[in-house]
Amino acid sequence: MKATVLVRPKQGILDPEGQAVESSLRQLGFSVGQARVGRVVDLEVESADPSAARAEIERMCEQLLANPLIESYEIELAEEQG
Amino acid sequence: MTSPQPRIGVLQVPGVCDDRDALWALAALDAEALFLWHTETELPDLDAVVLPGGFSYGDYLRCGAIARFAPAMEAVAEFSATGGLVLGICNGFQILCEAGLLPGVLRRNESLSFVCRDIPLVVERTDTPFTTRCSEGQRLVIPVKHGEGCWYADDALYEELEARQQIVLRYAEPVNGSRNDVAGVVNERGNVMGLMPHPEHAVDPLLGSADGALILSSLVESARERALAAV
Repeated sequence: MKATVLVRPKQGILDPEGQAVESSLRQLGFSVGQARVGRVVDLEVESADPSAARAEIERMCEQLLANPLIESYEIELAEEQG
Repeated sequence: MTSPQPRIGVLQVPGVCDDRDALWALAALDAEALFLWHTETELPDLDAVVLPGGFSYGDYLRCGAIARFAPAMEAVAEFSATGGLVLGICNGFQILCEAGLLPGVLRRNESLSFVCRDIPLVVERTDTPFTTRCSEGQRLVIPVKHGEGCWYADDALYEELEARQQIVLRYAEPVNGSRNDVAGVVNERGNVMGLMPHPEHAVDPLLGSADGALILSSLVESARERALAAV
């Protein structure tokens, strides 16, 4: 099963990279509010059972993919189509 | 009675680059310094461990996030759990934070620029095994070289650390956006310390400052005392 993990800087955590992107976008003439920069991890897991896969990926996030002090994460499972 | 040389291990993880400087500096300060390879699952008989600086695993994912799972790190965690002295420098500090052996986390510098220069520091505590040779409030000049040295802890954690006096070193001027200018912290038990500045690059006046020797010789001396106590 394929999955995507989105890792983001937590709300309230200073994100200098996001600020740099935001000011560059403004310089290009785009009117943007806030830009935050995170990370995308595309994964393939063996499990075909969505809830087991999700549980396993949550453990991956807790142990390695995100640092809970500063980052939040979201897991998206690509359910296999028919 | 002859004073034994304490044995201090220097951990080598792929991508680390200050291992030789650390080994040299410790030997110059009268320790028997030896390398530890990251795949080792057991440590030899040691009085202290140093995690040197560099860019372990290319700093992929987050600094230190991959190196913390090196087999030798499990042995280092066990060593620290029994009270063993562990000093993490720069990337070594990042690894110790990721491993949960030290509080907080090191993030991208606020300026997004790599900082590489001599920095004045203030010693906040002299009763740790890593600062016995310093005096309280002493200013040390030690170089930093890092892109991700912005130490962060949330309000609750920071207050706890302040209350337990776990902040050992602060920058005397803003360097990287680090919370309250924290440059070095110690764990609650006081046997594990991490700092972003590089004491191993400042042990000889020829290199601009020998203030780093105060930190490393404190460690060597504390390790020696432990070696003697164990005899």
